[in-house]
Amino acid sequence: MNPLVPDFLSDFVPTLIHLSYLLASVLFILGLKRLSSPATARSGNRLAALGMLIGVAVTLFNREIISFQYIIAGILIGAVIGAVLARRVKMTSMPELVSMFNGFGGIASALVASGEYFRIAPAVFATQELTALAVSLLVGTMTFTGSLVAFAKLRGIIGGAPVVYPGYKVVNTLVFVAFLVFTSLFFLDPGNTGLYLVLAGIALLIGLLLVLPIGGADMPVVISLLNSLTGLAASATGFVLHNHLLIVSGTLVGAAGLILTLIMCKAMNRPLFNVLFGSFGGNGVDTGLPGTAGGKTVKEVTPSDLAIMAAYARRVVIVPGYGLAVAQAQHAVREVADMLEARKVDVRYGIHPVAGRMPGHMNVLLAEANVPYPQLFDMDDINKELPKSDLVLVIGANDVVNPDARLNTSSPIYGMPILNVDQAQNVVIFKRSLNTGYAGIDNQLFYADNSYLFFGDAKKSLELLQESLKGL
Amino acid sequence: MDLLIVHLFIFVLAAFVGFEVISKVPPTLHTPLMSGANAISGITIVGALLVASHTGCVITCHLGFIAIIFATINVVGGFMVTDRMLEMFKKKGDE
Repeated sequence: MNPLVPDFLSDFVPTLIHLSYLLASVLFILGLKRLSSPATARSGNRLAALGMLIGVAVTLFNREIISFQYIIAGILIGAVIGAVLARRVKMTSMPELVSMFNGFGGIASALVASGEYFRIAPAVFATQELTALAVSLLVGTMTFTGSLVAFAKLRGIIGGAPVVYPGYKVVNTLVFVAFLVFTSLFFLDPGNTGLYLVLAGIALLIGLLLVLPIGGADMPVVISLLNSLTGLAASATGFVLHNHLLIVSGTLVGAAGLILTLIMCKAMNRPLFNVLFGSFGGNGVDTGLPGTAGGKTVKEVTPSDLAIMAAYARRVVIVPGYGLAVAQAQHAVREVADMLEARKVDVRYGIHPVAGRMPGHMNVLLAEANVPYPQLFDMDDINKELPKSDLVLVIGANDVVNPDARLNTSSPIYGMPILNVDQAQNVVIFKRSLNTGYAGIDNQLFYADNSYLFFGDAKKSLELLQESLKGL
Repeated sequence: MDLLIVHLFIFVLAAFVGFEVISKVPPTLHTPLMSGANAISGITIVGALLVASHTGCVITCHLGFIAIIFATINVVGGFMVTDRMLEMFKKKGDE
């Protein structure tokens, strides 16, 4: 019997626990709902945290819990590690942290399902429980190894380039078939713990093999998908344990991750299947190939000319890409924006969904640099405003502003939704050189009549612009 | 069988609620959404607590113990880092 629960209450406690789980589920939904606006989002996150606290606290009164030493030790260790990671992480490294957490969530779910299996084995299981067990084991474990690979790619521990070898698709298919075969064998002999361990090993391998061939530039899709899978693993574990709170919460997370995955795929104009099995994309770093200028010339702009263009504009739109974060120029760009606003210029930021290394990453980096969130506009909203804008500053972005995506049916990025910066009065592109972007294709924007290039490191260029603005 | 049907009902309805609620989250907040959702998926800690504390434990409670550590990292780290991010989203004149 649970030492926390006096005998006379033991009949009511199970009901109270289930009602508290219901309350926790409601708090999760309300918390996610409040994430729909930056003004309420913080309270939403806290509501969800309260739901989690309630869920954990009432579970301690479960009659099956009889000893607490493992629980206290585990929670203390986990809380310290989690708190340190959360406090120390740099905002630019957020994709790595989320990847790592995805992996931890996945493996925790797989371990819980496995614990339940070893508790009951070799007693008889119902088919439905076995199915849930196999799903939880597969999804949780592959999320773990897949996330570790994603983490290593984002960190640069292993190169971002797709790791492929001849016939890797055949190998991947065979491994997956092997999982299905061993699952069938396991269903026929559920008490066989050896078979269970083989299944776990294959699931570990699947995660590795699935993510290794995916290029670094596709990591925003991969992180979103792994996020979805960690939710589904928790949900499957709920089916194993017959726990409704796990099913509801896990499914909510699964839905969130899936929505983000689809948004990312749409923004890159590539079907999910193609991302997962196409091994497209390099390592996400500028390839250094020279643009095929073909006799076309670009116009350069000096800091002082740009300062005049910007200072006398009515509206300036800043289009940041991940190159801005690489150059650590978020603060420099916000200072330029402040100087322009002091001159009554309307300054807005237009942010493409794949700017950054995970969904919404660029917005967080700008918020960290104290850019007020009402100035952050997503693609659809800013595209309506661009024809009415006097000047666009493109900083560290390339493919997402390439008009070929809209105009040139033979371009590899044709059909990808872009920011239509070419429709503004003037465009200034901050660039190191005339290199191509991730997709390795030339950008017609650079040669347009209303385009000017500002060559150099983004941060230094912005500082030169600040100097010139001060001199006006 | 009844139990499975109840679970499936809950699963499908929760999926619809999730899609409905989350598709309203603006792109600006997609990173905090993901890290917050991540923390919520740490709910598996509830299962870990149950699994970690059984009597006559040989393997189960050890697996449960490791699961508690991983899930707690996920929960505590996830909610804290989400809070840290959301704190930075300000209007002009906030603070």
